[in-house]
Amino acid sequence: MPKVKVDGVEIEVPQGATVLQACELAGKEIPRFCYHERLTIAGNCRMCLVEVKPGPPKPQASCALPAADNQEIFTNTQVVKKAREGVMEFLLINHPLDCPICDQGGECDLQDQAVAYGRGHSRFHENKRAVTEKYMGPVVKTIMTRCIQCTRCVRFAEEVAGVEEIGMINRGENAEITSYLEGAVTSELSGNVVDLCPVGALVSKPYSFEARPWELRKVPGIDVMDAVGTNIRIDHRFREVMRVLPRINDDVNEEWAHDKTRHAVDGLVRNRLDRPWVRREGRLQPASWQEAFAAIADRLRGAAGDEVAALAGDLQDVEGIYALKGLLNGFGSTLHEARVDGATYDVSHPRAYRFNSTIASIEEAPAVLLVGTNPRWEAPLVNTRLRKVVKAGGRIFRIGSPVDLTYPVTELGADLSVLADLPQEVRDAFDGKENAAVIVGMGALQLPGAYPAARAAAAALGATFNLLHTAASRVGALDLGFSTDGGVEAIRARAGSLKALFLLGVDEIDTSAFADTFTIYIGTHGDRGVRHADVILPAAAYTEKHGTYVNLEGRVQRSEFAVHPPGEAREDWTIVRALSDVLGTPLPFDDLGQLRTAMAAEVPHLGALGLAEFGALPALKGKAPKAKGAIVYPIEDFYLTNPIARSSPTLQRCSAEILHGRTFQEAAE
Amino acid sequence: MLDDKDRIFTNLYGYQDWGLKGAQARGDWDDTAALMARGQDAIIDEIKASGLRGRGGAGFPTGMKWSFMPKEPKPGKPNFLVINADESEPGSCKDREIIRHDPHKLIEGALIAGFAMRARAGYIYIRGEFIREAETLEAAVAQAYDAGLLGKNAAKSGYDFDLFVHRGAGAYICGEETAMLNSLEGKKGFPRLKPPFPAGAGLYGCPTTVNNVESIAVVPTILRRGAAWFAGIGRPKNEGTKLFQISGHVNKPCVVEEAMSIPFRELIDRHAGGIRGGWDNLLAVIPGGSSVPLVPAAEIIDAPMDFDALRDLKSGLGTAAVIVMDKSTDVVKAIARISYFYKHESCGQCTPCREGTGWMWRVMERLVEGNADVEEIDMLWDVTKQVEGHTICALGDAAAWPIQGLIRHFRPELERRIRENRGRTLEAAE
Repeated sequence: MPKVKVDGVEIEVPQGATVLQACELAGKEIPRFCYHERLTIAGNCRMCLVEVKPGPPKPQASCALPAADNQEIFTNTQVVKKAREGVMEFLLINHPLDCPICDQGGECDLQDQAVAYGRGHSRFHENKRAVTEKYMGPVVKTIMTRCIQCTRCVRFAEEVAGVEEIGMINRGENAEITSYLEGAVTSELSGNVVDLCPVGALVSKPYSFEARPWELRKVPGIDVMDAVGTNIRIDHRFREVMRVLPRINDDVNEEWAHDKTRHAVDGLVRNRLDRPWVRREGRLQPASWQEAFAAIADRLRGAAGDEVAALAGDLQDVEGIYALKGLLNGFGSTLHEARVDGATYDVSHPRAYRFNSTIASIEEAPAVLLVGTNPRWEAPLVNTRLRKVVKAGGRIFRIGSPVDLTYPVTELGADLSVLADLPQEVRDAFDGKENAAVIVGMGALQLPGAYPAARAAAAALGATFNLLHTAASRVGALDLGFSTDGGVEAIRARAGSLKALFLLGVDEIDTSAFADTFTIYIGTHGDRGVRHADVILPAAAYTEKHGTYVNLEGRVQRSEFAVHPPGEAREDWTIVRALSDVLGTPLPFDDLGQLRTAMAAEVPHLGALGLAEFGALPALKGKAPKAKGAIVYPIEDFYLTNPIARSSPTLQRCSAEILHGRTFQEAAE
Repeated sequence: MLDDKDRIFTNLYGYQDWGLKGAQARGDWDDTAALMARGQDAIIDEIKASGLRGRGGAGFPTGMKWSFMPKEPKPGKPNFLVINADESEPGSCKDREIIRHDPHKLIEGALIAGFAMRARAGYIYIRGEFIREAETLEAAVAQAYDAGLLGKNAAKSGYDFDLFVHRGAGAYICGEETAMLNSLEGKKGFPRLKPPFPAGAGLYGCPTTVNNVESIAVVPTILRRGAAWFAGIGRPKNEGTKLFQISGHVNKPCVVEEAMSIPFRELIDRHAGGIRGGWDNLLAVIPGGSSVPLVPAAEIIDAPMDFDALRDLKSGLGTAAVIVMDKSTDVVKAIARISYFYKHESCGQCTPCREGTGWMWRVMERLVEGNADVEEIDMLWDVTKQVEGHTICALGDAAAWPIQGLIRHFRPELERRIRENRGRTLEAAE
């Protein structure tokens, strides 16, 4: 642990720390543009210059200089001040003075640091450089004249996103950042370059000219687009969510968010259900809440326990599911199921359906076996961690059809039968190594016998068993016991004898079997789930309520209310609570606090944030059956996996352009 | 004055055969194995004792540079020798003469130097524009391989050493040692951050030493004739012979091997036929290639041409590319042209150089016409100081120094142009 002096104060810094990190540990702010904690060091902006003794008699770039024992670092001398002023002046001479119309204005590193470290006037009397716009795809807008060539975007694309599609062309003052052949960047993480860009060169295309940062109210939320539970900040103005940005959480999403997380929000104001509807004479007609509830009560009067069923969809919070379960249990029914995608797996122990390696620790795996999963689409931020596994020298094997995961994968074929007879190469890679992991996707679990076979394979390899869920609500719902023997197929088989079926935001399944069943749809969008609905109850989306979510590793996280739901829409649990009154089986809670207390009494770990401890996963009894069959990945179109995303023009365009190769001519400018 | 018997480059002008036979006739490849048999440390000590300083411009002691290389390379991390033949400095043309007329001096030097620093292989990075020179060098390397002087058991020394010729694509910045390593690896020619220095992590992350062509080519002769002979030429700490490349307003521009520390006047009179129009017509001299500051006539005439004396004149020996300017020169325009060169060749990686070189050039262009304020001279000085020492590599310094030299010595000329231009503008307005 080297000891260094920063401005006369001696501190001890970790081995391998840079001078910049040493200064930060000492509480000194070092301005920087190109340096970013999660990217490699470029050292090209020269903003972080400090004086270091011993060393050459000139200021040194602190971001790239290793801290060494007995170093003396000076951050506030005249030399350093002049150096910063000089670099600042150079950065500004060719930077346009368009801050008043720049979307970065107000949250711009260049603005802030120019005020803090700049000279306050210009000595540059020549013409400024102009750079032609580049095209980077449907979510990134470019104003390249503003670019300061820090190359953060280049490094992000190469190192984190794993697509070498952004680079610098030309040299000297003609150097320009561009995407390969000016095509759309084909990464589901491309939106992150907007956050990384320290100036307004790369800004969000859908958000352009929408709002100023100081107009926005910011609320911490949890993303529901996949099961990772990305920590987000919901920026909203008046009644509209303007944008979603990631919050830093090293255990979950680091500081990234994928494009669906960021840009689904324009789907929150389209196709929304804003009032109840009731089917009368074969047609859905607008109704009041009272009429809708009355229609349900008519239908359910005297229903027996096995005549009422419920399915919970992908985007639900735990509270709504808990309330619905209470309602069903009031009827004596346990026909409730959350595994609506048809995947079958053991839910008897919490560890049986979790991502047990945890998202952060999967990085340390020396070997990973992917069984029927495409993590790049099912959980892009788990995929970035798996990329780190490969970069650290680990190996990744895959059972499933080949898709580009941005890192090399050893293919074991697309048929599940190889699971029972893994090649020696795989066994050698796993042999006796700690933290190795088997990751099983929902695609594999559609096949009969896949789950026990995968468990047995993981046990044989001595690897941690992981399920990679695709839905934000799934683990929470299963923790609540929102499942039934036989799964969704058992309920589908009883369709004829059901008096009523509740669909809580279920849009991703084939409901044709329930065409003649009395169906109550509680949800946000007029999407697939309402096709056969007899009563539609409008609900709040994830930005419009306080909600608890359990991510795929079992991390309990809470999201806060940002904006009011549209029209007469209400939060799920309040709908169910009100309905329970009408049905004469009132639920025992009147506000969110009471609900959460009751829920925590029943399922204790849902009352505390973070990861709960469940002990070891008990071994499966019996001999594993032979599973076989070709694996089909569950997600067909990354950008359109739920009703919110399908309603979003931005994501529709992403899908068309990036996945289906349609080209969009920019309007002639 | 260097005696003919003390010349190292005896075929500098190409009057004899450049090939292996010719080279052997001149004494190259004469029992190279015996030189190498002295042992690696002995060779490095001999080079240290000779006082040889790097001929690429910075003048770092060559023997010391070699001694930084690991004595026992780790498995999978071999040592490499890289020879910088990307001679792109305006004014410099010595490596070109060596390569096209005496390539075997370089190849033999590469083997010995590579052996001394325990290098597995050597790479000669040759400037892309040197098309015929690269052909000659490649042919000479092939001759050496055919004669068993390179490759396995090179020159029967028992040491395995491979030598590769790699052709650049014409970027000045690839002459910077770490940019050269990136370019060799197939990456964009961006200089790397230092530390780590190439001796720790260079080509493909392996320990690497980058030497200039001339530094390597003189090594066999030093070993044959002894360090004391080499050290006996020139002033202390500036020993040896040096190829001077005299261009500009002299009667007979030439490349000539001379003793270090030869006075400027003697160098020009003896080898370049004097200044055009006589010594009174001398205006200024750029003594070491475009990147060092110019020195006005009065200061340079009797100065010894070596590293330390020219440093004392706030200039430098650089590559000893002596650019002579007589009084017909528009010195402001000359420096503006150099500024344009650096603006054009800046790689664009780091801020001060990318933005500063263009700014400096534009101000220089206005100063040529006098279309500026007197205060802008001070501002320009300030800008050069903001670039100098703040960049990743030395190109920023190289762009700043010529302008600093101009302002230091020719400020009255700059102010005169500004005054006259103002006068013209006022006249036109009336």
